[in-house]
Amino acid sequence: MIAQPAPKRDVMARRDIIVAGLGRLVPETGLIADPIRLKPYETDGLSAYRQTPMAVILPETTEQVAAIMAFCHREGVRVVPRGAGTSLSGGALPMEDSVVLGLMRMNRILEIDYADRCAVVQAGVTNIGITQAVQAEGFFYAPDPSSQLACMIGGNVNMNSGGAHCLRYGVTANNLLGLRIVTVEGDIIDIGGAHLDAAGYDWLGLLTGSEGQLAVVTEVTVRILRSPEGARAMLAAFSANEIAGACVDAIIGSGIIPVALEFMDRPAIHACEAFAHAGYPLDAEAMLIIEVEGSVAEQDYMLDRIRDICNRFDPVSLRVSQSAEESLAIWKGRKGAFGAVGRISPDYLCMDGTIPTSRLAEVLGRIGAMSAACGLQVANIFHAGDGNLHPLIMFDANDPTSFHKAETFGADILRLCVEVGGCLTGEHGVGVEKRDLMGVQFTDIELDQQRRVKSAFDPGWLLNPSKVFPLKPEPAAA
Amino acid sequence: MQTHFTEAQLRDPDTSVANQILRTCVHCGMCTATCPTFVLLGDELDSPRGRIYLIKDMLETGRPASEEVVRHVDRCLSCLACMTTCPSGVNYMHLVDHARTYIEATYRRPVHDRALRAVLAAVLPRPALMRLTLKGAKLARPFARLLPRKGMFALRLRALLKLAPATVPPASPTEIPASHPALGTRRARVALLAGCAQQVLDPAINEATIRLLTRMGVEVVVAEGAGCCGAVTHHMGKHDPAMASAAANIAAWTRELEGPGLDAIIVNTSGCGTTVKDYGFMFRTAEPGLRAQAERVSALTLDISEYLTKIGYAPTRPAPGLTIAYHAACSLQHGQKVTAAPKTLLRTAGFTVKEPAEGHLCCGSAGTYNLMQPEIATRLRTRKLENIRATGADLIAAGNIGCMTQLAGDTMPVVHTIELLDWMAGGPAPEGIATHGA
Repeated sequence: MIAQPAPKRDVMARRDIIVAGLGRLVPETGLIADPIRLKPYETDGLSAYRQTPMAVILPETTEQVAAIMAFCHREGVRVVPRGAGTSLSGGALPMEDSVVLGLMRMNRILEIDYADRCAVVQAGVTNIGITQAVQAEGFFYAPDPSSQLACMIGGNVNMNSGGAHCLRYGVTANNLLGLRIVTVEGDIIDIGGAHLDAAGYDWLGLLTGSEGQLAVVTEVTVRILRSPEGARAMLAAFSANEIAGACVDAIIGSGIIPVALEFMDRPAIHACEAFAHAGYPLDAEAMLIIEVEGSVAEQDYMLDRIRDICNRFDPVSLRVSQSAEESLAIWKGRKGAFGAVGRISPDYLCMDGTIPTSRLAEVLGRIGAMSAACGLQVANIFHAGDGNLHPLIMFDANDPTSFHKAETFGADILRLCVEVGGCLTGEHGVGVEKRDLMGVQFTDIELDQQRRVKSAFDPGWLLNPSKVFPLKPEPAAA
Repeated sequence: MQTHFTEAQLRDPDTSVANQILRTCVHCGMCTATCPTFVLLGDELDSPRGRIYLIKDMLETGRPASEEVVRHVDRCLSCLACMTTCPSGVNYMHLVDHARTYIEATYRRPVHDRALRAVLAAVLPRPALMRLTLKGAKLARPFARLLPRKGMFALRLRALLKLAPATVPPASPTEIPASHPALGTRRARVALLAGCAQQVLDPAINEATIRLLTRMGVEVVVAEGAGCCGAVTHHMGKHDPAMASAAANIAAWTRELEGPGLDAIIVNTSGCGTTVKDYGFMFRTAEPGLRAQAERVSALTLDISEYLTKIGYAPTRPAPGLTIAYHAACSLQHGQKVTAAPKTLLRTAGFTVKEPAEGHLCCGSAGTYNLMQPEIATRLRTRKLENIRATGADLIAAGNIGCMTQLAGDTMPVVHTIELLDWMAGGPAPEGIATHGA
């Protein structure tokens, strides 16, 4: 179990009063405080870490969120914001004395402006929900984390989520125009809006990726883009992870930026094929999904160039998708990849380091060696074009030694990422999972400086305080 | 996902299966997005992942089902959209079925809840009793407005009366067990699950099925001793009556199989089809002989659309110029993973087929759900009908009587896919369809 800050005794002692007070702020079905119904909220997408909260509250409006924050601020109660609960870094892991603030009832699209290419949505709208709302008019929202079917835009903002197509379109931060936030004191503030670049400091930049520690995001103004004329995916299969890694480096190094460049190794190929029936090459050790878009002529030109590069690496097979259905199946497999690993292993830890693409082949080789040494299997599924690794370490949570080994192995992989010039997290956030590794990336001085930013927004460290920073006895002053 | 069962607990075969299912779940949360109740209610507890967690905790601690757990499990439609979405292959159906049996064994429901369930479990599987009840409900209908506006009991009673059709069709000759010989040369012999509620509510479905199949050279037998598939009681957690219904069907079809022989068992109510295809699992701990029979029955069972695809369907009439909104019943699309066949058949028959948006979301029928959870069911119905109307189609086609009843009474006629296919292959036009241009 992960270490958590000690529960506040005074809060625990006033539990019933606090719960009663919260109950006055939302409709009856919006408060959960009995132990049986709290249990399913004890964890998120990282189910190895669990802690039942004091209460769960499900507001329906920004005003309700503001009232909840003002109340919790007054009462000194810690708050853990939660969207769909798909975090792979434990971003929504509760604390014993915390209130989980679930935003999934705030799931309305408020405004779509095609002329100015933006949409205003509530925090609990799913990532794919935005694209679904605008696709009939030929638009889409670009960042596409693999959990896009379920994950919510509020969580995307807080983790600065990426996705397969971020190679071309950038991550969440590059596709945001405005936020409505509620401060820890319960004030409602608008930042940016339906225009390019927020005035003043880049508050959007600061809040994006702040892991629910600076404010609660309740509304998001996103940029929507014109859908491309067409897109085609190519599957390139290779006889070794290192060879596929080298091919990625060659493609990126040649100056070609496909819209997506994804990597899957043998265990991942097999698990995903069982789910998606996409015709993945089961005889290969590694596979790349390379997608290009534009007019048919543009696609052909790009695919020809990419094919030439792939051929230099003696591919096992090269296959270009021939239909929209085929492309859909190819992506269904990739997007369901983490879950699909559930078919071959009861549990996994999903790592999220980034490295320079020029080091891909070397790092994949070293991960393979580390896997052999510790006796735990790894499935590699990741955004290769961005150098954003996702080694999935397979373990058995019913066996405590297996979990401990997995945690150690995961930490070693992330250390390796930092060692070769990368970083601890590409898109999943630090959460609790990588919290204690922050010292590998940053010096104490750097960490303290970051803590001061947190303190400026939240002097009492009430918002999601157990995440991102290694636990310290006392928070640093602003 | 980690589980905490003792070795003693795992010696119970049902718990052991539940444990295997729970270990497959990686708690990724993808299922939440396509769950109708999560979409409407926005609470993890009303999502598949939340229910899985509630069930896990209940089974691990071994405590009796509590009101809290029952509330959220009861709200599950068993639409199985989560199983279509789940990348890990979690068998939610078997887990929630087990939870329902566990609830029935360990939880005492409020008296009106128990009474309603007992009545439904007694009436729905028995066509004669159901026909009588519907006639009674028809008489009681004008009094619905006297019911209180609030309270689950009043809501349920109102839903019950509303669903009762204005006219109850007379019993069809197809209800009587008999063999319907193939016209011309016989190419196959199949058993048809004549079902229970369906033949009371809409006997035209079985009639169309038999007409079309016999015309295509298939002998259709409605086997003596076969009746309700057991789904109604199974989904209420009433294990013994469900198994008794299933066993009667297995015995009836096994007699046919071992006697004159069967090439397939045809089901034209997809809710029932999902259950019959699961007989093999339901009888997994039965004595080997019965288990083998159950497995054989499940393996032979096909939805009517699957069977027609297999033997090759061709229309004989010119295209009628009608546009159909194809409503994918959850039991067909999620339970049996039959998605393309009905649409392809309808297109082959000459119809223009439209697929409503949010096709993966349940219409709220879900067996007896619209009677037990009328509020959620009504919201889902409204949402479904809005999406269907937006297609601009002339009528709705579906492969499940539950959905047909749920969607009836709006602006568009609702017919069974098989009625349209029969019509285009020489049968009569389904009732209520304007035959202009045909």
